[in-house]
Amino acid sequence: MSNFTSLFNNYNWDAVVTDIYSKTAVDVEIALQNNKRTLEDFKALISPAAKPYLEQMAQISSALTKKRFGNTMQMYAPMYLSNECQNICTYCGFSLTNKIPRRTLTDAEILKEAAFLRSKGYNHILLVTGEANKTVGVDYINNAIKLLKKEFANITIEVQPLDQDEYELLVKNGLYAVLVYQETYHRDEYKKHHPKGKKSNFDYRLETPDRLGKAGIHKIGVGALFGLEDWRADSFFTALHLQYLQKTYWQTKYSISFPRLRPHTGGLEPKVVMEDADLAQLICAYRLLDEDVELSMSTRESEKFRNNIINLGITSISAESKTNPGGYVVEPQSLEQFEISDERSTETIAEMLQSKGFEVVWKDWENAW
Amino acid sequence: MKDNLILADKEFSSRLFTGTGKFSSSTVMKNALLASESELVTVALKRVDVADQDDDILSHLNHSRINLLPNTSGVRTAKEAVFAAQLSREALETNWVKLEIHPDPKYLLPDPIETLKAAEELVKQGFVVMPYIHADPVLCKRLEDVGVQCVMPLGAPIGSNKGLKTVDFLEIIIAQSNVPVIVDAGIGAPSHAAYAMELGADAVLVNTAIAVSQNPIAMANAFRLAVEAGRMAYNAKLAPIKQTAEASSPLTSFLNE
Repeated sequence: MSNFTSLFNNYNWDAVVTDIYSKTAVDVEIALQNNKRTLEDFKALISPAAKPYLEQMAQISSALTKKRFGNTMQMYAPMYLSNECQNICTYCGFSLTNKIPRRTLTDAEILKEAAFLRSKGYNHILLVTGEANKTVGVDYINNAIKLLKKEFANITIEVQPLDQDEYELLVKNGLYAVLVYQETYHRDEYKKHHPKGKKSNFDYRLETPDRLGKAGIHKIGVGALFGLEDWRADSFFTALHLQYLQKTYWQTKYSISFPRLRPHTGGLEPKVVMEDADLAQLICAYRLLDEDVELSMSTRESEKFRNNIINLGITSISAESKTNPGGYVVEPQSLEQFEISDERSTETIAEMLQSKGFEVVWKDWENAW
Repeated sequence: MKDNLILADKEFSSRLFTGTGKFSSSTVMKNALLASESELVTVALKRVDVADQDDDILSHLNHSRINLLPNTSGVRTAKEAVFAAQLSREALETNWVKLEIHPDPKYLLPDPIETLKAAEELVKQGFVVMPYIHADPVLCKRLEDVGVQCVMPLGAPIGSNKGLKTVDFLEIIIAQSNVPVIVDAGIGAPSHAAYAMELGADAVLVNTAIAVSQNPIAMANAFRLAVEAGRMAYNAKLAPIKQTAEASSPLTSFLNE
C-alpha cells in the first residue's frame, strides 16, 4: 500500500456511523477488559453506550498515561507568522472571504516574538500560517525555521500541506514535527467547507502524513476539527489513520489534537455540537487505544475544562496563546484565527500544573540532531 | 567484605542505578535519588538545557554522591548518537555515555545495528560506553569486542514494569560476559530487581517504577534494599532448586548407620 487513501477508500462513512451507534454496554465492557484494544474496541469506547463507563475509562486512561509519560506535562506555544490565505474555509477567521487587513511577520518581527516566548520559558514552539504560497511559501517557512532554530529546542509547524521534497528540506534544516488535521474525513462535507483554494483537494490533504513519513519527519500530529461532522466517525477515521501511519512510518512519533470550533470573524455555527463530556470520553478512548500517542490540549478550551482534563490523558498543553501574527508583542491587534478561551498567563498555568503534581517540561528535544 | 562494582575507572558501592524522568518535580526526584543511595544517575541530554546554568534538573543533581550518566535518548542513528555524545561530553564534562538508540518511538526498542556502530566509534573517541540493548547474547559479545565497558540488556520494554521477561537470555549473557551486566528497562518492582541481582547481574537501572510510584522516596528505599538483598543472596550462593522433594531426615538413613 503506497498511501492512506487506498485504505481509506475501503470504508464507508455511513456504515462506520451505524456501527459506532449500535455498540452496546457489553461491547464497552469487553473493550475495557481487553489489554490490547482494537479499532472495534475504540468504536465501542467512543459510542453513546460508553457514557456510563466514563469514570472507569478516565481511571484507566490516567494510569496508562502516568505509566508512559510519568508525572510530566510538556509546554508549547503557538507563534502565528501570517494570516494571509488563499483558501476559503467556512469556519476559519483567515478565510479569503474575510475582508480584513493581512499581516506577515518580517525576520525582525519573528525574532521579537521569539524573544518574548523564550522569556516566558518556552522551548517548544508551534509555527502557524495560512496558505498563501506566493508570500508564505516553503521559502518563507524554511527561513523562519532557520531563524528560530537557534532560539528553540523544538520546532513544529502547522501550515499548508507541502510536497515530500519540501518537507525533506525543512527537516534537514531543523523541523521536528508537522501538524496537519484533515478537518473532516467526510468527503462531501469537506468539499462544502473548502470550496476554493488548494485546500479543496481532499486527497492531497489526506496523503500529507504519508509524504511526511516518507520525508523522515520526527513527529506527525493528526486530528479532525470538531463541529463540522459527527465527531465519533471523524475520530474513528483519525484513529484508523493513526494506526496506518504507525505501522507504515514506524520511526515517527504521533500526536492527536482535539480542536472544537471556536468563535471567530465570519464565524460558522457548529453543525454537530461536541459537549465537554464527549471530549473527555474521546480523550480517554484514544489513550485506551494507544498508550503512547501524545495528546495535546490548546487554549481553545475553558479554564475549568483544562484544569481537569489534564489528569485524563493529556501530555502537552499550551498557555497564553495568541492566534494572530505578531500577537505577543509586535502587533497585538492584528486579525486572530479564533478566540482562545483560557486566557491565563503561562506562569499561572505552570503553577496550576505543579499544584496538581505535574513536573512542567519546557525542553524535551535537542535540535542539534 | 567489600563488594564494590568497578566500572571503567570508577568504583560504586551501590549497585542500583537510577533515572531522572517522569518525576512530579525536581525536588521529589532529588529526594528519591538520595533515598536510593544511587551513585550513577542517567539524564536525557534532550531534557536539559546545557546553556542554562540554572537548569532545573541539573541543579537538583548537583550532589557529591551522584555521578551523571548522560543518555542519548531521542537519537535514531549511530551518527546522531555520536554527535549527541560529543555534545554531552563538552557540556556536562563527562566522557561517560549511556548509548540509547531507539528509532521506534512506540516501544522504544533499541536498534542493535546502529548501537554496535556507534559503540565502536565512541570507544575509539575515548568514551565510557554503556549501551542499552536487547537481551541478545551475541550482540553483547560483539559489543564487548569493540570495547564497551558494560552491557545493559533489557528485562522488558522500557517503562513497561513487566519484570524480567528476557530471563533465559539474561542468564546466558551473565554467564558469558567479561564486562559488567546491568539489567536496564522493564524492572517494575523491587522483587524484579532482587531477582536480577540473584541471577548475577552486576547492577540494575530503575526509573519508571520509582518515579511513577505513589511514594517515590519510599519506593527508592525499597529498591535499594532489594538490590542489596539480591546481591547478598547471589554472593551467599542460592541453594539449588530440585525437581523432587528431599526430606532433611530421609527415612532410609538408618541403612547407612
